[in-house]
Amino acid sequence: MSVRVGVVVFPGSNCDRDTMWALSLVGAEPIELWHEQASLDGAAAVVLPGGFAYGDYLRAGVIARFSPIMRAVADFAAAGGLVLGICNGFQILAEARLVPGVLLRNRSLRFVCREVVIGPERLDTPFTRALDARRPLRLPIAHGEGCYYADAATLDALEATGGVLFRYLRPDGRAATDPDDPANPNGSLRGIAGVTNAAGNVAGLMPHPERAAEAILGSEDGRWILRSFVESAAERAAGGLVEVIR
Amino acid sequence: MPDRTGPSLPSFRFAVNVLPKPGILDPQGRAVEQSLPHLDLRGISDVRVGRRVECSVEAADEATARAVVERLAAELLANPLIERYSVELLGAASSIRSDEVGEVAGSGPDGGPKEGDRREGGR
Repeated sequence: MSVRVGVVVFPGSNCDRDTMWALSLVGAEPIELWHEQASLDGAAAVVLPGGFAYGDYLRAGVIARFSPIMRAVADFAAAGGLVLGICNGFQILAEARLVPGVLLRNRSLRFVCREVVIGPERLDTPFTRALDARRPLRLPIAHGEGCYYADAATLDALEATGGVLFRYLRPDGRAATDPDDPANPNGSLRGIAGVTNAAGNVAGLMPHPERAAEAILGSEDGRWILRSFVESAAERAAGGLVEVIR
Repeated sequence: MPDRTGPSLPSFRFAVNVLPKPGILDPQGRAVEQSLPHLDLRGISDVRVGRRVECSVEAADEATARAVVERLAAELLANPLIERYSVELLGAASSIRSDEVGEVAGSGPDGGPKEGDRREGGR
């Protein structure tokens, strides 16, 4: 039985259908979760998709943070549920303090829409376990506020606890840790493209795995992130089922 | 603005000024600085671009109204990880309707209830 994965739809979300399609390609049963509802409808995992939720007014992600569905997402995350935020979804998770740090205006002040190369820092997470090795992934980005920022203490703690999930990579394969490196598309500190929370069950990343989930789109690399997520969700759902049966 | 009638509490007009914290990269401020040579302006440095939000609050007294605005600022208008804010009282009047507050806040001499003091820039 395929696992039910909720995709939250905010006013202004524009990657929700793509995300649902890509999730179905890796074996999930995607369902829409409307921002005004207070329940996750039994979803075993939740994705906050890309877009411009509530027009990104004030700060990207901040108004979405206060919608009824986000209360449910926060409770779900606190109980250990798997949550993945992509692009605007990452911004929302950061504003909601469900992952550390914030996403500032790109250092260039430009909206950047291009392919980037990222590398996973770890393969033992629910978001990267299907990646067969620490090979680089080619994924598109499209954002104006993707400059990852946190104070030095937070960054050090992230590094020490394995909270850095992905970094932008240079052509030579090394991480683009310098904010001014051309391979670092937005000036993110330490080249950070994705992070997880301390418990490891909530992750956000700026690149779009759902836009690189089929060969016809130029890259299938995103599929492995989504597959990791869906497999992890299925395992947890099966575990939960066993507990219910007992 | 909704047309509100009936008995009303005093209304207080506030401004919340939000600025990037010291040390936080402010690309907008930097862009403004980079434009200065084109204007032939000299001696300007450390430009920081923020946001100003004005609002009216009905409350029993100024302290209560200010507490409401403080919460608004801390929870929504500013992100304490990257921004700091200050709350500024612009004016107070007893039992005025919300659509008249513009005059208290100093809108144009024609007295219309329009938002005459918008400073928000386009994006």
